Amino acid sequence: METYNLTAHELNEKLVKKEITCTEITTDILARIEEVEGTLNSFISIEKERALSTAREVDRLIARGEKVCDLTGIPVAIKDNICTEGVKTTCASRMLENYIPGYDATVIKKLKSCNYIMVGKANMDEFAMGSSNESSYFGLVKNPWDVARVPGGSSGGPAASVAAGEAICALGTDTGGSIRQPASLCGVVGFKPTYGMVSRYGAVAFASSLDQIGPITKDVEDCASMLNVICGYDKKDSTSINMDAPDYKSFLIQDIKGLKIGVPEELMVEGIAPEVKEKVLYVIKLAEDMGAKVEKISIPGLEHALSVYCIISSSEASSNLARFDGVRYGYRNTEAQTLREMYRKTRTEGFGDEVKRRIIIGTYCLSAGYYGAYYEKARKVRTLIINDLKRAFNKFDVLLSPTSPTTAFRIGEKIEDPLTMYLSDICVLPANIAGLPAVSIPAGLSGEGLPIGVQIIGNTLREDNVLKVAYSLEKAIGFDKKPGL
Amino acid sequence: MKRISKDDVRHIAELAELELEEKDMERFVLQLDEVLGYLAEISSVDTEGVAPTSHVLDVRNVFRDDKPQESFTTEAALENAPDEADGGFKVPKID
Repeated sequence: METYNLTAHELNEKLVKKEITCTEITTDILARIEEVEGTLNSFISIEKERALSTAREVDRLIARGEKVCDLTGIPVAIKDNICTEGVKTTCASRMLENYIPGYDATVIKKLKSCNYIMVGKANMDEFAMGSSNESSYFGLVKNPWDVARVPGGSSGGPAASVAAGEAICALGTDTGGSIRQPASLCGVVGFKPTYGMVSRYGAVAFASSLDQIGPITKDVEDCASMLNVICGYDKKDSTSINMDAPDYKSFLIQDIKGLKIGVPEELMVEGIAPEVKEKVLYVIKLAEDMGAKVEKISIPGLEHALSVYCIISSSEASSNLARFDGVRYGYRNTEAQTLREMYRKTRTEGFGDEVKRRIIIGTYCLSAGYYGAYYEKARKVRTLIINDLKRAFNKFDVLLSPTSPTTAFRIGEKIEDPLTMYLSDICVLPANIAGLPAVSIPAGLSGEGLPIGVQIIGNTLREDNVLKVAYSLEKAIGFDKKPGL
Repeated sequence: MKRISKDDVRHIAELAELELEEKDMERFVLQLDEVLGYLAEISSVDTEGVAPTSHVLDVRNVFRDDKPQESFTTEAALENAPDEADGGFKVPKID
């Protein structure tokens, strides 16, 4: 039976009714991986034996009549920058090629407590720096809809694996759109929760004030199920919000009558492909048909989002990645005669080009003489952007925009032109800068058969509005296409 | 106007404990110059009297009680060490 095209809630129903076993689901997923992985390269490691033995355990506990929760027995791909005890966690870098964490990230502990199945560690841009998954040390990932194109990034592996049926759900991380942009390019759902709602303990830090873990799924309902498991306070993350997480599934309501939706002009103009714009306008029409009030809004601060993001994320990265020095873990150059030489050779050989570029940009922005003009200035402009967005939320319940200004671009198209690559994230950055919850859902296909995503951004901790709008639009759009792989 | 020269890039790389090969240098300088040129646009924003944001949440220092908690054993901490000696991380001579 082809179960790999089903959602977690569909599989859960079958598991509960005992129409299928977890072993069957897992075997089916592993066969699908076998079939398409040679083409896609979504995974850095595949945990075949572990997945099968966990599946057998799950079958035993279901047979014993133990409680089955939404993710029990569901095959999940984990982005390879999330620590998994005893399983290699490489961040797609030579630096961590052989790193085996001695502990689980908090999100992994939570998933384990519902007896999920980890199918493997998913490919990504090196240290989550990139928008195309081309900076992975372990090779690029191909887009399941067109293998000549990128899947987006940095969570390219998680998004491609879910789109192609190599996993039912995935966990990604989103520092500047790294969950939503690949979800959009691969035609799946990707959700970045409010900053602080998901513990970052065990997620390898890129830019700590922006990073957030979140789900990539086939539909909005699965997204809510994942949020129910991963959200919540964790004392091991000092930026974790100390409050109880709500029941996200209770927000799956098909009713947006009277809801106010703002469409930021700054995210609809420059460089947006006509087909993408058309699709966003179509989705706006659907929202209006359902009784939502849609209005344009200007949020001038957004024009500076890329600069602010680039300066802050690179500065934080240059500081966070200082820990990779060949002393405690990871790659070490063994020929160096002195400590200093060892640091330098280790980092030069361990990091790829994009990571070096960002470390250099960050070091520059933090260095004496430039600190005020770049880093300090960016932090002030960040305040202005946050204030502008807060003002917008005085008037609107959610904001709606394209997720990516274009559909998936061709492999190699932007690799030598970092600025153009960074610009492809323009619509997804504001949510990270202000720590807001945001989702990308598929809105349809382009003329070339490539997925187009729309993004819904909510105010701080207003996941309820984001999920309600996403769920209602998803039903109205009725996207049911699968890549022909 | 060039914002960044080869020497600047070499200096910054040194601060970050990185070496750039001469053959990559030209490309790196061009790319960084373009990116930094773009980033400089924020200098035009009026930020008079605006407080900088370090963090989107209003969390200050987060403390816990100063009591020993469960932690990594020495063996576990050394599991990924490239080199070790006498229960510690071993490194080349400090110059």
